Amino acid sequence: MVTLEHYLVLSALLFSLGMVGVMFRRNLIVILMSLELMLNAVNLSFVAFSRYLGSIEGQIFVLFVMVVAAAEVAVGLAIAVAVFRQRGTINVNDISLLKW
Amino acid sequence: METILFYVLAAVTLLSAIFVVFLRRPVHNVLFMILTMIGLATLFILLQAEFLAMVQIIVYAGAVMVLFLFVIMLLNLEEVSLPKEPRPLRWGFGIILSLALVVILFPVFGRFVPSIVGTGQPEGIVGNVSNMELIAKELFTTYLLPFEVASVLLLVAIIGTVVIGRKFTKD
Repeated sequence: MVTLEHYLVLSALLFSLGMVGVMFRRNLIVILMSLELMLNAVNLSFVAFSRYLGSIEGQIFVLFVMVVAAAEVAVGLAIAVAVFRQRGTINVNDISLLKW
Repeated sequence: METILFYVLAAVTLLSAIFVVFLRRPVHNVLFMILTMIGLATLFILLQAEFLAMVQIIVYAGAVMVLFLFVIMLLNLEEVSLPKEPRPLRWGFGIILSLALVVILFPVFGRFVPSIVGTGQPEGIVGNVSNMELIAKELFTTYLLPFEVASVLLLVAIIGTVVIGRKFTKD
């Protein structure tokens, strides 16, 4: 019997993996991908809650999360391309103009 | 049967997620990300969310990942210009930090879960109403305003992408 806890544990592991990617990779594209991974982990727990609470609302929120994720990826990748044109690199260590 | 299926799918999803984070070449990352998305979609089917599973495959595996692949091809990164990854010390620090996050997340679930599972059997699909029908009904009644706002957000994203991605000509 698969319980809600199984899905939440899987979701937590996926989220933590995504966080590792965001914090410790230097490639802007891989960072964006790890962000997607974190969003998907949250989606998984939304759907699991929706199933085990017997309510459809969780799945609707997943739809909205997908909309926001798609918008974020499109704009993020456009920024990556623009940065690469300007600086010739997508290493986030080299793009630290706004860092204090 | 469901349990075995869950464990296999969870293993595939987790392994490919690990590859997404730890492999060095961006193209390999993208390919494993697609595998992760497909694994998640099958997990959604296991959770009786068929509509979302389809959307997951079409939107993520079909559109978003192709976008990533396209940008990687467009940038045409040389092996030399691939960002150097941080030193092992920092990797160790990161792994410890994320394990700490896992530990923090788990007890929270432990507190929540028993009360929720105790509320009764999962209902999911009521009668012979399909999953898609339920979502559509909710989306176009209760959540109509957020739905419309989401379309505006997508429009803004399209315009923003075009403006940012445009080639600036200095005259």
